Amino acid sequence: MSAASQETAVSAGRVTRAFIYLVLLLFALYYLLPLYVMAVNSVKPLPEITGGNMMSLPRTFTIEPWLSAWSTAQIGVEPTGLKPYFINSILMVAPAVAISTILGALNGYVLTKWRFKYDGIVFGLLLFSCFIPFQIVLIPMAVVLGKLGLAGSVPGLVLVHVVYGLGFTTLYYRNYYAAFPTELVRAAMIDGAGFFRIFWRILLPVSGPITVVSVIWQFTNIWNDFLFGVSFGGTRQPMTVALNNLVQSSTGVKEYNVHFAGAILAALPTLLVYIVAGRYFVRGLMAGSVKG
Amino acid sequence: MGFLDIRNVTKTYGNVEVLHEVDIEVEEGEFLVLVGPSGCGKSTLLNMIAGLESITSGDIAIRGRQMNGVHPSKRNIAMVFQSYALYPNMTVAQNITFGLEMHGVPKPERDKALAEVAKLLQIDHLLARKPGQLSGGQRQRVAMGRALVRNPDVFLFDEPLSNLDAKLRVDMRTEIKKLHHKLKTTIVYVTHDQIEAMTLSTRIAVMYKGYVQQLGTPKEIYDQPANLFVATFMGSPAMNVLPATVVMENGAAHAAITDAEGASQRLRFSQQGMAQWMGRKVLLGIRPEAITDPEGADRKSGNIQHLRNRVTVTEPAGSDTFVTMTLSGKDVIARMRADANVVPGQVFDFAVNMDKAVAFDPETEARIPA
Repeated sequence: MSAASQETAVSAGRVTRAFIYLVLLLFALYYLLPLYVMAVNSVKPLPEITGGNMMSLPRTFTIEPWLSAWSTAQIGVEPTGLKPYFINSILMVAPAVAISTILGALNGYVLTKWRFKYDGIVFGLLLFSCFIPFQIVLIPMAVVLGKLGLAGSVPGLVLVHVVYGLGFTTLYYRNYYAAFPTELVRAAMIDGAGFFRIFWRILLPVSGPITVVSVIWQFTNIWNDFLFGVSFGGTRQPMTVALNNLVQSSTGVKEYNVHFAGAILAALPTLLVYIVAGRYFVRGLMAGSVKG
Repeated sequence: MGFLDIRNVTKTYGNVEVLHEVDIEVEEGEFLVLVGPSGCGKSTLLNMIAGLESITSGDIAIRGRQMNGVHPSKRNIAMVFQSYALYPNMTVAQNITFGLEMHGVPKPERDKALAEVAKLLQIDHLLARKPGQLSGGQRQRVAMGRALVRNPDVFLFDEPLSNLDAKLRVDMRTEIKKLHHKLKTTIVYVTHDQIEAMTLSTRIAVMYKGYVQQLGTPKEIYDQPANLFVATFMGSPAMNVLPATVVMENGAAHAAITDAEGASQRLRFSQQGMAQWMGRKVLLGIRPEAITDPEGADRKSGNIQHLRNRVTVTEPAGSDTFVTMTLSGKDVIARMRADANVVPGQVFDFAVNMDKAVAFDPETEARIPA
């Protein structure tokens, strides 16, 4: 009797499990569908797209759209392809991510281990900056960039993104370091290590997970940003703006295959970052947000 | 002037005074234990000696050098933390030599110092490991090694044994005492464990509510507690404290107490001075080991008083048997030999060593001087 009921319980478990996997599989397919469409259509000649099925695999395979998107496609009025803008984006993202992460780490270190009067208020204000929408800061930021002489330049964009990202990176590191035992810092002080030495030798070596979170977060946000890019980029606009100019052009034939290739090119770096560092992401995010 | 001078040191946070005019002189080679319940200010005082907390008023000097405002690394002190505070990303060897490295000691000398300390603490085989791969006791040794390698003027220990299990704690306690005998260093040691305080120290400062209640040798603290707090805090099981009235009988002061049946019993005081308290109420303090069976009584004592009373409960603990009875409405614990023939519920003849008894003023809670 009991054995029989156990058996049914097991088989019921199997059915439920199969059902769960089926649903998950469907969701996964659904989410992958756009990428599939982009990928297959980016390697088809244009007539095959306009005349046929978006979902079908290419009959003639060509990498021509990719080459065109990269180096010859019409971006606005210049036939430069996305390449120069891709370089702009890299030149903007690398320093912006590095600087905002380093400053965030230092902020977190000071706010948890070198407490001062009203440090709670300082942290609160930094945290508050996470909730300010992009649109609100556009005009004040334009004024500041103009006064600094950085308008329409890559350093200007770097500054904007560092300022905007600082709230987030500080939040991550502060919460991560709050769980870090203060006795270690005190021990290092007695051992004779100074402010930066303690940071460099004691805290940074154990900051791997949260650094991954900060880098991924900042990289994705800055790379994908459109509004700041289009507002302050001037002649050095980032990839996202160029992609928009490529896709939204209102003259000539719509080269869907080139657009798809361009869109994948624009998404590639963030995808790469996720694949390389993704497994640390959840771990670090948990460590940073739950504790503290 | 002592080796480590703590002069009128006060600490306040805003309006809250956590430490009140502490005044302690520590001689070279002394093992001073600061003991007290949580929140008594003992750790704050230690942190102030270390330079991790500022001094609100008063002075701290080591070897005659004023330390107020001097950075922790420049005081020539070393500290062992409760959590050991080993750097998790460094090996044991790196942990131990980090301080030397920070002080610019060249590598060959660091290695020599490391080898000496590792040999002393028997941690040679652990040097390449990370703290995460060590047991509690091993971490404790490494933390001590990190302090020893600096060869400091003063060692500061902040509850170093409280994270260890009971057996290991006793072992490490002995280790620390051996180390102190061998190295003859000056140690300030914070603990809330009164047994650690008694066993390790050459002198104890019992602290409570920011005040040093009593400063003295373990024997002084135990036998002549300055007040009721010290008396009950030190010793396990705690000292029995019961209300008594001082009466005169045959020209000698006696403590009149009531037994379990409500009958009056009298115990003669050893202290002559008690006569001045005639007719007044006092608090009589008797340590459990001063109440025994007549055969187990201290033969050197000049004043064994006999007391017949009903036994409430016996608790055989292997080495001793604890016997509970009621006196003056309070539970009183007696510590007997393991084989003492005591039966719960029966009347038993107790021997009270009144040489070891003390009396307190019920109003000030201070001990009445003999």
